[in-house]
Amino acid sequence: MSVTGSVAGDPPVTPTPEAVESGGWRRHALAAGFLAPAAIFLGVWIVYPTLTTIWRSFFDESGDEFVGLQNYQTLFTSDVILTAIKNNAIWVLVVPALVTSVGLVFAVLTERIPWSVAFKTAVFMPMAISAFAAGITWRIVYLQEPDRGALNAGIAVVKDSFSSGGVLADARPSSDALEGTSQGTIRLAEPVGRGDIALLGLTAIGSSEVPDDAEQAVRPEALQGGIRGVVWRDFKPGGGTAGEVEPDELGLPGVTVKLRTSGGGAVGSTMTATDGTFSFDEVESGEYSVAIGSESFSQSFGGVTWLGEKLVTPAILISYLWIWAGFAMVVIAAGLAAIPRDVLEAARTDGGTEWQVFRRVTVPLLAPVLTVVFITMLINVLKVFDIVIAIAPGSVQDDATVLALQMWRTAFGGSNDFGVGSAIAVFIFLLVVPILALNIRRFRREL
Amino acid sequence: MTRRIRGRAAALTLIGALALIAAGCGGDDGGSSGDGGDVSGTLAVTAIWSGAEQEAFQAVIDGFTEANSGVTVNYTSGGDQLPTQLSTAVEGGNPPDIAFLGQPGLVRDFVEKDALQPLDFAREDVETNLGDSAVQLGSVDDTLYGFLFKAANKSLVWYNVAAFEDAGVEPPGTWDDFLAAADTIGASGIPAFSIGGADGWTLTDLFENIYLRTAGPEKYDQLAAHEIPWTDQSVKDALTEMAKVVGNGDNIAGGTTGALQTDFPTSVSNVFSESPKAAQVIEGDFVPGAVESGLEPETDYNVFDFPAINDSAPSVVGGGDTVVMFKDSPAAQAFIRYLTTVEAAEIWAERGGFGSLNQDLDTGTYPDAIQQTAAGALSEAEVFRFDLSDLQPAAFGGTVGQGLFKLFQDFVQNPDDVDGITQQMEDAAAKAFG
Repeated sequence: MSVTGSVAGDPPVTPTPEAVESGGWRRHALAAGFLAPAAIFLGVWIVYPTLTTIWRSFFDESGDEFVGLQNYQTLFTSDVILTAIKNNAIWVLVVPALVTSVGLVFAVLTERIPWSVAFKTAVFMPMAISAFAAGITWRIVYLQEPDRGALNAGIAVVKDSFSSGGVLADARPSSDALEGTSQGTIRLAEPVGRGDIALLGLTAIGSSEVPDDAEQAVRPEALQGGIRGVVWRDFKPGGGTAGEVEPDELGLPGVTVKLRTSGGGAVGSTMTATDGTFSFDEVESGEYSVAIGSESFSQSFGGVTWLGEKLVTPAILISYLWIWAGFAMVVIAAGLAAIPRDVLEAARTDGGTEWQVFRRVTVPLLAPVLTVVFITMLINVLKVFDIVIAIAPGSVQDDATVLALQMWRTAFGGSNDFGVGSAIAVFIFLLVVPILALNIRRFRREL
Repeated sequence: MTRRIRGRAAALTLIGALALIAAGCGGDDGGSSGDGGDVSGTLAVTAIWSGAEQEAFQAVIDGFTEANSGVTVNYTSGGDQLPTQLSTAVEGGNPPDIAFLGQPGLVRDFVEKDALQPLDFAREDVETNLGDSAVQLGSVDDTLYGFLFKAANKSLVWYNVAAFEDAGVEPPGTWDDFLAAADTIGASGIPAFSIGGADGWTLTDLFENIYLRTAGPEKYDQLAAHEIPWTDQSVKDALTEMAKVVGNGDNIAGGTTGALQTDFPTSVSNVFSESPKAAQVIEGDFVPGAVESGLEPETDYNVFDFPAINDSAPSVVGGGDTVVMFKDSPAAQAFIRYLTTVEAAEIWAERGGFGSLNQDLDTGTYPDAIQQTAAGALSEAEVFRFDLSDLQPAAFGGTVGQGLFKLFQDFVQNPDDVDGITQQMEDAAAKAFG
């Protein structure tokens, strides 16, 4: 104790004649004093967490047991993390290039349109919203129900204006006597001949969907030389007996019924009456198939599943582009403004077409700016997180996940596996390092 | 901001209450035991209830202090942060006398910390008034530490009255009738089911209800504790039954892909709106909170009990607030015993928003027919079990997009592969239970 006490008690620098050495020490102290705040800040917030994360990535879930590289092995064996890596690769390949080129196109075009400020403001506006809020907005846009999701609502409007609505919205065969779906045709499973009665019972038709002029369904009398039948809503409260025309069951008027030979040749087509009956009066003997034509069904549009496992990543990419296109445009437009006009004019005077001027003069001169945008986007994309968690519903988070999201889900989202979570963090860090190195080299060159 | 201030205010009140207890304890020996009852003292009680619930609980407290005028009960609302507050108070050695815990796992946690007093003195009261299930739920290693005072029912089916009338079906009582009714509803032109599959917990709730009925309460407990694997035949049987609901895409609003895109609020508004997209939704007694305004209970929407499967006994999957005692005293014992009585339950039941396992409680006490069904099932239930997924480690049973939530979503997508999905569930469970 006394030894350490005496050492600590010693003055740090004993009085000495060498003034030069003392001045050197003072200079160092001054430098250290100025560096200290930044150094402490970097140490506490950057260096220490980085080292701890790397250290932690070699331990198991509980943090007690050293597991070596096992967490890194999990990185490349776990299906979900592999999906995250794959998705991140898609993001890296698509987004920086897409954002840069869209930004370039916008920047060049806005130079030539009136009201360019208004246009630029509109495109830049999404930058003002937090990515999470933008994600929520886009999630609503992408909802599947055409009544709820704006995108599907738009598609539904376009679709409806092209397809002629049939009398029936949706229907299913009521029994095994019929086959097919309302997506195509519904036909009798067994062929019929002269004198037979064709019973075409349909269910899953809402009572409000039955045409207003419908009357009680009637089972027609058989006709000697023809084929008669009825198309009706084979349902009454409680269900009723499938395949039987019963009281309280309504005929379906205005339905197209088609008669074909067993070979498929069309014989005739008719409409059902208000009680659902139809009749082909004179037919030759032989076997026929009876079917309800697809024109009787108006195809209801159920909406595209934008946020299903297949389309969710492209859907998120598009909303990300929506956010960042404005940033790219503004930066590139600034670069564009700095290009000397005389070079462009010289090129035009020399007979270059607009495309040639753009390809061979504008783009090369813009290259430094484009690189900045591209690299910024590259780094942004590697750490993308908020917009994915905001847009992807829980059921597809495994399919839409990216590395940063997977790191959070693993370390904090319930599993609380800090080992593997740290390993993912280190992996992301390693991916960013080359880009950082590139950036630093560029900075040095510019200085 | 307001929440934080409120939290601080609550914490301050808690400290104040604790100071009062300290003062009250000193006076105990004086024994001035008022005109009614023979106990005296001051009790600090805390739960999450605030607002209308706090008023209702205050009425319950008043019922007690009227009979025991020597006791002062100070209630403090802990809000959402109650578990944290209690853990801190226990750590600091200053817990309230009595608390109500919403998380089943928390009772065990506190027992393991030696923070709770056993309720042996109330065991008989709990058994006779609230039933065996209540004793079992409140016991840790066969010692009673608490009982469910306010219970929630997750075994309900909510339906659109017009859609049922249109299809000519009655609320079914058995699983077979339920499935037959679903077919009839589908034939009437509206999908029978709305399923909020984008939130995995709606799917685990459905499974738990089926499993409790097909496999029985013993297996349910074993599965909850992972004493039997998820590959057990009983799980496969329950999934086969579940597939009869979730596997029939034609009879689900939006089909199975649509169901996985539908969150819980949407699944409710699918059923309860001007132009409904489905006839019924299977979820707990909190559904009315998500029903659009303008729809009237009973005339527009109504509820029935989750149907019995193979003559299963009346069963309820649910949750609620378990009362526990941190500090033993005659006054605390008297209050705990009071909470098991039908009188205490009636006071809150009349005011609504309450469910009780109390078997003597007349269901007519609840303010409307919907609550009579929802809460009545609780007192009539022969079997009551906590939500199974709530009893699992969080990574397995309670995390969005992972564990059981995700696996049940996979099951909805591919309901034929029962063997495959149970194997995946078992793998995930084994990992989570370690």
